[in-house]
Amino acid sequence: MAAGFHFPNWSVSEAMSSIPHDTPAPGGAHDNSGELQELVRVAMHSGAPLWITGGGSKGFYGRPVSGTPLTTSTHRGIVAYDPSELVLTVRAGTPLREVEAVLADQDQMLAFEPPHFGESATIGGAIATGLSGPRRPYAGAARDFVLGVKLITGQAEIVAFGGRVMKNVAGYDVSRLVTGALGTLGVLLEVSLKVLPRPPVDLTLVQHRRTAEAIEVMNIWARRSLPLSGCWYDGDRLYVRLSGAESAVRAAHDKIGGEIPANAQEIWLALREQRLSFFSGPLPLWRVAVAPASAALEVPGKWLIDWGGAQRWLKTDADAETVRRSAAEHGGHATLFRGSDLSGAVFHPLAPALFALHRRVKNAMDPRNIFNPGRMYPDL
Amino acid sequence: MPSATHTSASHTRHRLSSALRELLPPAALLCDAEEMRPYECDGLSAYRELPLLVALPDTIDQIRAVLAVCREYGVPVVARGAGTGLSGGALPNADGVLLSLARFNRILEIDEHNRTARVQPGVRNLAISQAAAPLGLYYAPDPSSQIACSIGGNVAENAGGVHCLKYGLTVHNIQALTFLTIEGDLISVGGAALDAPGYDLLALMTGSEGMLGIIVEIVVKLLPRPERAQVVLAAFNDIAKAGAAVAAIIGAGIVPAGLEMMDGLALRAAEEFVHAGYPTDAAAILLCELDGINEEVSERILQVRDVLNRCGATAIRTARDENEHALLWAGRKAAFPAVGRLAPDYYCMDGTIPRGRLPEVLEKIEKMSGRFGLAVANVFHAGDGNLHPLILYDANRPEELELAERFGGEILELCVAVGGTITGEHGVGIEKIDQMCVQFPAPALEQFHALKRAFDPCGLLNPGKAVPTLHRCAEFGAMHVHGGRLPFPELERF
Ligand SMILES: Cc1cc2nc3c(=O)[nH]c(=O)nc-3n(C[C@H](O)[C@H](O)[C@H](O)COP(=O)(O)OP(=O)(O)OC[C@H]3O[C@@H](n4cnc5c(N)ncnc54)[C@H](O)[C@@H]3O)c2cc1C
Repeated sequence: MAAGFHFPNWSVSEAMSSIPHDTPAPGGAHDNSGELQELVRVAMHSGAPLWITGGGSKGFYGRPVSGTPLTTSTHRGIVAYDPSELVLTVRAGTPLREVEAVLADQDQMLAFEPPHFGESATIGGAIATGLSGPRRPYAGAARDFVLGVKLITGQAEIVAFGGRVMKNVAGYDVSRLVTGALGTLGVLLEVSLKVLPRPPVDLTLVQHRRTAEAIEVMNIWARRSLPLSGCWYDGDRLYVRLSGAESAVRAAHDKIGGEIPANAQEIWLALREQRLSFFSGPLPLWRVAVAPASAALEVPGKWLIDWGGAQRWLKTDADAETVRRSAAEHGGHATLFRGSDLSGAVFHPLAPALFALHRRVKNAMDPRNIFNPGRMYPDL
Repeated sequence: MPSATHTSASHTRHRLSSALRELLPPAALLCDAEEMRPYECDGLSAYRELPLLVALPDTIDQIRAVLAVCREYGVPVVARGAGTGLSGGALPNADGVLLSLARFNRILEIDEHNRTARVQPGVRNLAISQAAAPLGLYYAPDPSSQIACSIGGNVAENAGGVHCLKYGLTVHNIQALTFLTIEGDLISVGGAALDAPGYDLLALMTGSEGMLGIIVEIVVKLLPRPERAQVVLAAFNDIAKAGAAVAAIIGAGIVPAGLEMMDGLALRAAEEFVHAGYPTDAAAILLCELDGINEEVSERILQVRDVLNRCGATAIRTARDENEHALLWAGRKAAFPAVGRLAPDYYCMDGTIPRGRLPEVLEKIEKMSGRFGLAVANVFHAGDGNLHPLILYDANRPEELELAERFGGEILELCVAVGGTITGEHGVGIEKIDQMCVQFPAPALEQFHALKRAFDPCGLLNPGKAVPTLHRCAEFGAMHVHGGRLPFPELERF
């Protein structure tokens, strides 16, 4: 934020007019909630399922849905943004890059660094998938920044949960429940997010390490007071990002050491967007989430270790059973993130009692089973 | 001795206790009124009720057995941690069992490498940080009640604390939960990884006030102790200026570890109580803690001092050493009991508002205080906009409690009106159940009830708390008309 004590309390129009010309022009604010609600009402009465999408950038993620398309991408625009409150309220169909540009203009950011996976990514899709980028282990996940949501419920009502304040324990936490629920619990219309100031300085360091050593050192750093904001390993090079006040970053650099790569920003972007060469090729891509200090997993294939050890990407043709067993042995779970056939089990199977509870929760939110049925699990 | 009016209650008690005696060791069951007295209320002592019986199990199988018996007899179950809650969440049900988790007090495992601790729900909040201290780690959420409150109660309330501004609330600092449903299923959510497959039931359980399940195990995250933490005290001659300084610090891109405010009444009470060295002539003080790497803290302190100066602070002081640091915080942590010495009783409110509205809301509360004729002291988590007005009253004076409650109710409605919420961290419990009708329209409340039924179809877990029935809201609305508009016009009136 610019020096001095100017705290703009933006309304929509002011927010839009202050976007500099070199950032993507907003597609114009538009409230389409009435039409979307009507679509849900019709589906509720007919019982015909809806296939909810935002910009379609994450259509590959999860199981395929067959249903009448409902897109939130026409419901867009920033509803409220007051930088000194660190809160942004935005319609679900607003392009993610537009949200990021508005925040960057005030030296703020979405600290969970959501992956876009395409130009068309919307904020609604980022929240519905709940995916987070490299900063996640140090700053928090998408769900950690959700303060409130406005939904079209399974009763075709528009209802707000949570709010725009930092602390709120009135009512059950429906806002976080729908984050990452892949649209199976309601149509996201609006989200209120906690945003954070952008750190003044980012510094990336590279060290050559063997796998066991890399995992160990990532976890040693995490046990120390260091301004970490990313830590990943490609099988040879360990990349660590430090973010914060210049003095803090300099001091941390002295403590951990390493080379400064030339193209740091692109490296983190390529990691977040899965544009590194690791991610190409025909083999299925697994996301293996485990306890961060877990030793290298035994499953054969190519591994990339992110999130300081907690999120590991695996390119393999090993069967699902093998991958899942290995993830579970390390306290975690495996997702078939990208593959040619996602019609089977994409997400890690749940214990029977837990799955039964999922069905009851689904039924409580979407009694007619019209929202993205089967996107997460068959029969959900 | 059972009186005539209590025969049915004592009959149920008798049947229940004989059923439970088969399943629990003798010391795990209290039936006698005097033995049960300590459980009749939580920290909100204006509400009291004796349960039918108190169960103090110490194994998961015993809890399951208690739940099975309660289900069989259709008897409500109220979970209780340490009973420090401030919204009556653990208030017993006269026709039900109070289930104390106090004996689940073991730290089961500390995983240094993965930075987690696996604990039972009755473990005290502070005990976790103490156990992790030799590893240079700690559990971040630090409610002022941390020497007493249980981690299970923290999860059930989504408790916050002074350091939640930077490190988040309970929901941000736990990784897994195991709970028993009323039907006796043992369910684990979350895991050793940073996320879990399926719905985020970990978040849904957090803050659910004992309505959805009995939490029997928790995995919390541990963080490294910051290299350095330093607190800055700023005095103001005008509470509105202090409020504006809060927004200015955050607006300058600084996220302090803690940013707390105390008004004149509160700071003088605290000063008298612990001699923290507060400037007693100030209208308000801010305590701003910065932590991190040594060099960063130095840089940030200069920035914060600069902001405070520009916001009109009359005096600014940085704690010179560990001693002074501890003393400045001791005054804050003792503020509730200190204010408690000013009047026979106080009533603690918990609304949260957008930070930018602080000056205006504080001013309005002061005006209300004049109107109700009850003094109010403010000591609160200013950085989060989480207010704790403490209304001073004397329960022995006729109608003063009711007056205090009306005053409190108006404060909460003001919080909602400026875009905030009726509770930031203490929960709804029984206390704020009517204000839920102000904050949420009927479809939202219906959604909450549907979720409750998904977990607890027969409604036996902590009934009557947290989410009001629509009928209750209709009654409340009838007494309480806002600007000529009745909430819930669609419901019939009584
Ligand atoms: C002086 C003082 C200062 C305080 N300061 C703060 C503060 O700074 N921040 C803050 O957030 N709170 C604060 N509180 C409020 C209180 O300490 C917290 O709400 C705390 O989390 C309650 O924990 P407890 O173990 O005492 O729970 P209890 O009061 O025993 O119970 C609270 C609720 O949790 C449920 N519950 C308890 N255990 C379980 C379980 N195992 N499974 C399911 N449900 C359960 C109960 O049914 C009840 O609804 C303060 C209280 C006091 C008295």
